[in-house]
Amino acid sequence: MRKVAIIGLGQTPVREHWESNLRDLAVTALRDAMDDAGVETVDGVCVGNMLSGALSEQEHLGSLVVDYAGLDGVEGMKIEAACGSGAAAIRMAVKAVSSGLMDTVGVVGVEKLTEYSGKFSTAALATAADADYETTMGLSFVGINALLMRRYLHEYKFNKSDFSVFPVNAHKNSVHNPNAMFRYEITDAQYAKSKLIADPINLLDSSPIADGAAAVIVCAMENVSQFKGKPVSILACEVGTDTLALDNRQDPLWLKGVERSVKKAYYLADIKPKDVDFFELHDAFSIITALSLEASGFAEKGQAIKFANKTDISVKGGLPLTTGGGLKGRGHPVGATGVYQVVEAAKQLRGDVAKEVQVENNNIAMTQNIGGSGATVITTILKRIV
Amino acid sequence: MDIPRYWRLKNQRYRLQGKKCLDCGNLSFPPRLVCPKCKSRNCEKHYFKGLGTVYSHTTIYQAPDRFDHIAPYSVGLIDLEEGVRITAQFTDVLPADIEIGMKVEMVVRQIYEDGPKGPILYGYKFRPIIAA
Repeated sequence: MRKVAIIGLGQTPVREHWESNLRDLAVTALRDAMDDAGVETVDGVCVGNMLSGALSEQEHLGSLVVDYAGLDGVEGMKIEAACGSGAAAIRMAVKAVSSGLMDTVGVVGVEKLTEYSGKFSTAALATAADADYETTMGLSFVGINALLMRRYLHEYKFNKSDFSVFPVNAHKNSVHNPNAMFRYEITDAQYAKSKLIADPINLLDSSPIADGAAAVIVCAMENVSQFKGKPVSILACEVGTDTLALDNRQDPLWLKGVERSVKKAYYLADIKPKDVDFFELHDAFSIITALSLEASGFAEKGQAIKFANKTDISVKGGLPLTTGGGLKGRGHPVGATGVYQVVEAAKQLRGDVAKEVQVENNNIAMTQNIGGSGATVITTILKRIV
Repeated sequence: MDIPRYWRLKNQRYRLQGKKCLDCGNLSFPPRLVCPKCKSRNCEKHYFKGLGTVYSHTTIYQAPDRFDHIAPYSVGLIDLEEGVRITAQFTDVLPADIEIGMKVEMVVRQIYEDGPKGPILYGYKFRPIIAA
C-alpha cells in the first residue's frame, strides 16, 4: 500500500448561501483546492453529500460536479453516509490512491440545507435514522440525540449545565475562523437559558443547518514534490459501523462505531490517544462530543465532562477540541462537514490558521466524522510533514 | 402516502411482531432475516407482549414537518420485558410525568394522518400502567 498525502485545500464559507447553487459551491471548493495544490487535473473526484436528492432535487452529483469543474471525462461519484458523507468520500479517495489505482483524487463535500423551511430540512435529516422504526414514530434527529443525553444525565448524575463546556469552547474558536457561520462567543448563562429543541437538548447544544463545500486533493506521498501545495500526511482514514437504529444497541451510551473506527486508525497510524495533539470531533450535539471522547479512548466512560475540565480543551490546553469552531460554531453542512474537519486539521498542521487558534508544537491531528447516531464513523489521523 | 409500506408493516405496528432465532433463541424487533447474535437465518415470528420500562425519553418541540401540528410530543426508548428495546411515542401521559424506569404498556393509536383526505397511519404507542 502506498503512503498518502493531502496536497491541496479549499473551502467556501459556511453560510445560508441563497445566492449559490449546489454545483457552484462544490466547484468553487474543488477548484480552490486544485489551485492550492497546483494540479491541472485529477484522476477522479469523490463527492461527499447526503441530501442533494431530497433538498435540491438533484442526484448524480459525481458527473455534474466533474462537468462544471471543467474536468471533462474524469470519473466522478457521490458517496453518501449521512452526516459522515464527507469523510467517507475522503476514505474512498485514500483507498484509490493507496491501492495505486489512481495517483491524484479530488474530494469535495457539499451540502445545501437552507433551500426549504427548517421543518422540511429536519424531516430530510431524519432519513439518517431508521425510516420504518425510528422516523415514523415522530423522532427527529435532535430527538435521537436527546434520548442519549437524557440517559447520560441519568446514569452519570451530571447537571445539564455541565455540558456548556463544549459549545462555549467551540464558539470561542469559531470567532477566529473567517469561514465559520457563528463568529461570536457564548456564555454559560446563555446556554442555561437557551430554548429547548428536544428536551434536554437546547439550541446551544445543537449545530446549525447550513450550506457549504470543502475540498481536499489526495495524492501519493511519493509524488508530493511534483506539486506546489504544502503536503500533510494521512496516516489513517478508517471506518467503523454500528446498528442504524439507536434502540438496537445494547448500550447506546457506548458508540461502538467510534470504538471500531479509532481502533483501526490508531493501529494503522501506530499511535495512542495521548499522541494526538488536537482533535476535530463531531460536535453535532454536545452529548456526541462527550460520547466521542469516551469511545475514542480519551476519557473513561461517563467522565468526558470531567476530562474536558481537567485536561483543558481550549487551544492552549492538553487536548484542544474543535479549533475551527466545530460543527457548533462553524456550522454543519452535513455532507461537507467531514471535509471541513480535515481541511481545518490540515491548515493547523501547515500553520495556516489565525494565530489566536494556532495549536503550538502540533504534530498529529485527529478528525472524526459521525454519520447518523453513530452508525458510520470515520476517524482520520493526519501528521505534519516537516 | 406509501401504502404498500404501511400494509407491509401492519403486523409490526399493531402486534409487535418480531423474530425469534430457532438456533440460539435470540429475540429481535424489528424482525431481521439474519439473527444478529448467531447469524442464523432459521427464524420464526415472535409476538412481544408490549410490557416494558422507560430507558430514556424526550419531548420534541421542533418537529419534522409531518408531526409539527402535534408538537410538543414525547418519544422514548422502551425496554420490553423480553429484553428488546424499541422506539415509540408516549400517549395518555403528560411530558413532565414521564420518568426513566416507569412501567409502560403498548396500545394502538393513530400516529398521523396523511392530509385531510389521506389514509391514517396507526401503530404502537406506550402509556403508563395504572395499578388496578
